[in-house]
Amino acid sequence: MKTILYIIQKEFKQIFRNKGMLPIIFVMPILQLVILSNAATFEVKNIKFGYIDNDNTSTSRALIEKFTASTYFNVLSDFNSEVEASSAMLKGDIDVVLDIPQNFNHNLQKEKYNNLGITINAIDGAAAGVENVYVTQIIKRFNKDLKVDLLQVSDQQIQTVTIESIPLFWFNKTLNYKTYMVPGILVLLVTMITLFLSGMNIVREKEIGTLEQINVTPIKKSQFIIGKLFPFWIIGLGLLTIGLTLARLIFNVPMLGSLGLMYLYTSIYILVILGIGLFISNFTDTQQQAMFISWFFVVIFILMSGLFTPIESMPYWAQKVTEFNPVKHFVEVMRMIMLKGSNLNDIGPQLLKTALYAFIMNGLAVWSYKKTN
Amino acid sequence: MNTNKVIQVEGLTKMFGDFAAVNAITFDVEKGEIFGFLGANGAGKTTAMKMLIGISNPTSGKANVAGFDVFKNAEAIKKSIGYMSQKFALYDDLTVKENISFFGGIYGLSRKRIKKKSEILIEELGLEDVANKLVGSLPLGWKQKLSFSVSLLHDPKIVFLDEPTGGVDPITRRQFWEMIYKAAHQGTTVFVTTHYMDEAEYCDRVSIMVNGKIEALDTPKKLKEQFKVDHMNDVFLKLARG
Repeated sequence: MKTILYIIQKEFKQIFRNKGMLPIIFVMPILQLVILSNAATFEVKNIKFGYIDNDNTSTSRALIEKFTASTYFNVLSDFNSEVEASSAMLKGDIDVVLDIPQNFNHNLQKEKYNNLGITINAIDGAAAGVENVYVTQIIKRFNKDLKVDLLQVSDQQIQTVTIESIPLFWFNKTLNYKTYMVPGILVLLVTMITLFLSGMNIVREKEIGTLEQINVTPIKKSQFIIGKLFPFWIIGLGLLTIGLTLARLIFNVPMLGSLGLMYLYTSIYILVILGIGLFISNFTDTQQQAMFISWFFVVIFILMSGLFTPIESMPYWAQKVTEFNPVKHFVEVMRMIMLKGSNLNDIGPQLLKTALYAFIMNGLAVWSYKKTN
Repeated sequence: MNTNKVIQVEGLTKMFGDFAAVNAITFDVEKGEIFGFLGANGAGKTTAMKMLIGISNPTSGKANVAGFDVFKNAEAIKKSIGYMSQKFALYDDLTVKENISFFGGIYGLSRKRIKKKSEILIEELGLEDVANKLVGSLPLGWKQKLSFSVSLLHDPKIVFLDEPTGGVDPITRRQFWEMIYKAAHQGTTVFVTTHYMDEAEYCDRVSIMVNGKIEALDTPKKLKEQFKVDHMNDVFLKLARG
């Protein structure tokens, strides 16, 4: 126990003495949280919209008016021909083109039916999907208004029957993306900082030769590893504290669940990441190697965490793979506790999986750390 | 086991694939002896030493260090030995005092003992003025002397020194050897590798390794007689050139 304290003391001294390291540990994550949470939005706004009005009647103008009125669309151009519109699309000046055919009004009045041409720039597939939904909604609404008009004139007996759905967004009533993103980004920051620190740490001692000096002392493997990892565990929890405070103060993200439960889960979670970091450290000889391997895992962890793309829409095998992604569980738990107020029972499965994961990773880390080669 | 023999090695071998880095070496080291372990670069000195200090597993042979078997009891050996590597291995970003207290702590010394030891040590080395300075800012010679003192902190039976005076000026080298003599005089066995043949003359006995094998082992005086030369340098050249 005393031996462990000596190592912890030394590690803290080295961390706080390293003037280049401190800002990386504490200032960078705060900047990232503030910047990313404001920037990483899934909302699609300021869509560059153009139209070709071949009809030029009050009906076609009314339709265009709907787009002009929408806050999501910036009506930029009125094109004279399709050729003009396509060249603007090619240049990237325009995202969405609405093509109103000739006799639009006439056909609607007489045949009660007409087609509209919509062209969407799908370089960014996700944005194109959202734009399509917006366009469809606007046209649907226009269609409904029009129907009422037409019916009033010609056929008052027929009742219009429409089914309308009014969504109710639970746990995030206003669909504020920050409420959704901030806990997730906080997870990433805690993960990245603790993984990089622990991944680099022992390999650094290998590089400068001090690890050999440690290996000729009678220190026990577990003492050394606990002493090494404890400071990073504390730093991880410190980051969580700073992050939660910012989430509350700057982004007004609610904290419905128990803070204690959040810390309980995080303290186990960080053990998983430290175990992975140490494991990487044991199998690499230079900090550069350790950095590359850590990045490899971080990228997979982030993209398969459900933070940016829903896990439900991943292929079956990928969904299975995400089970081994600690970040996925943490994102889930973080959102559940903060936004839903989940209790110990609710997060039980995640907690158990994470604890098991921590046990296995640290077991592997201690096993793979060899004092004698 | 002869209690006067603190290191007993018999047929100790380390293979890296097909290559025998250390090829069946056999020797004994007596208690309190200064044992010079010589050899050209790549002869296998460091590899052999790493097996004796328990950080490298031997492929075959027998070795007993400070009364413990290197195969079965490598961790027990570590309590009784000190080691100073080729590469400076104290923490540059800790102060002189912090380094002493850290390694003292790792070896399980009590706080009181660490405090006393570090006072004596700092005084002996004349480091009073820089005791609270970062080790990284000290000149190499001072670092090496500090490193040696730290390896003796827990009063080991044997201290292993791997080229301790590499890159150090002649005056510091002399002081360093005075420290080695002092340690030996107090009963610590010193196992030292070096490339300086004048240093080899200071050793009680010397072994010379060539291509993984010990080709000569005796007192410097007898070795010179055996090879009919006046300096250890010539003994070394004759052997190393084959």
